[in-house]
Amino acid sequence: MAIAGVAGAAGALFAARPEALQPQALDGLSADPARGEAVFWAAGCASCHADADAKGDEKLVLAGGQRFASAFGTFVAPNISNDVDAGIGGWSTADLANAMLHGVSPDGAHYYPVFPYASYSRAALQDVVDLRAFLATLPADPTPSAPHEVGFPFNIRLGLTLWKALYLDSDWVVTGDLSPEETRGRYLVEALGHCGECHTPRGALGGLQTDRWLAGGPTPDGKGRFPNITPGALDWSKADIAEYLNSGFTPEYDSAGGHMALVVENTAHLPAEDRAAMAAYLKRVAPVK
Amino acid sequence: MKKVIAGMMIAAALGTGAAFADDEPFEMQIDARQGIMDYRALQMGVLGGMVKGEVEYDAAAAQKAADALLAASTLDASMLWPAGSDSDAVMETAALPAIWAEGSDIGAKGKAMAEAAAALQAAAGGGLDALKAAFGPVGAACGDCHKTYRKSDG
Repeated sequence: MAIAGVAGAAGALFAARPEALQPQALDGLSADPARGEAVFWAAGCASCHADADAKGDEKLVLAGGQRFASAFGTFVAPNISNDVDAGIGGWSTADLANAMLHGVSPDGAHYYPVFPYASYSRAALQDVVDLRAFLATLPADPTPSAPHEVGFPFNIRLGLTLWKALYLDSDWVVTGDLSPEETRGRYLVEALGHCGECHTPRGALGGLQTDRWLAGGPTPDGKGRFPNITPGALDWSKADIAEYLNSGFTPEYDSAGGHMALVVENTAHLPAEDRAAMAAYLKRVAPVK
Repeated sequence: MKKVIAGMMIAAALGTGAAFADDEPFEMQIDARQGIMDYRALQMGVLGGMVKGEVEYDAAAAQKAADALLAASTLDASMLWPAGSDSDAVMETAALPAIWAEGSDIGAKGKAMAEAAAALQAAAGGGLDALKAAFGPVGAACGDCHKTYRKSDG
């Protein structure tokens, strides 16, 4: 009976297995770890997977452990260091691509969307290939990943099949006639930077309300708000926005706080033209008051 | 009936809000904290304008701003941070309870800020390149403390 149950669940899981990478998708792509480092900073991996107090090279120790409270429970960032057992040292490039682009683990389970694959699904496969090569150069850390503290029914990962059907959409949010700079900015903001994961409000099931794209909303702990960064509220110049992403200083010389300070530590690593592109894109987002 | 209840709820909400404003705890301390932060930001604005090339470098003006920044970074502000004046308890502040929690290194963060401000004070009058080199570490000190001890949206 128990065996039948397990087999049934496994069968359902297989049936519900979402689209994943085609085996030949990576053919002809070669990896450049140096480019992968730029992807690493643009994608903000260290903000969640390194220790929150990490400085300098400590940011490259992706042992996990940061905790993220939400209405669905508390999620704990896993170890994605190069350790074969505790981390992802044994992952293939296809494994990383399935994780980032489809939210699927190497054994076919759904990831919770606290891992921002809803944004990363827009990323270019070449960037994932390069990122894989860069991650392989980082230190291995043997700290085991801690389990998420998520209660019923959200501990049933199969439920994420439905979530993905509703909310996983790799189309661009901002469409229309964009300049090359704005297009690059869109890629950085909507895909790798996953800015919308915090700055766009979520519905009851945790899906992003794209009609209020980047318009801000309550923080998961209910104690604060993510700011509206559409032109309807953020009236900084393009240069001001780019400078904020570089130094953390607002035009009034206040400086970024909380998790945004970690984000700026990532964007500060980007080439200046990428920060300018993100700013140019933000100017093109539909204004929401 | 529904309207009456709704009206009562609105009145209760407004009443609570008004009472909150009147009885805000530690109002003087929080105002003073925020005033010191604003004062530092004004000096950083003078220096940042030169660093970014928006304003022409002026050694005397840079020195004056860096002197003021150092002064505002070495004040004894310990009496401005009583326990219970955190963002969980008081709406008007973005100062996280972590400042007062076990293992807090807020003192070390403050010291790092003072050291960066001292280095900037020593460099600011010595030319634009010297100013630029010393300005970045001050920004890093601001961000390093805000990252751990200030709400994101504060």
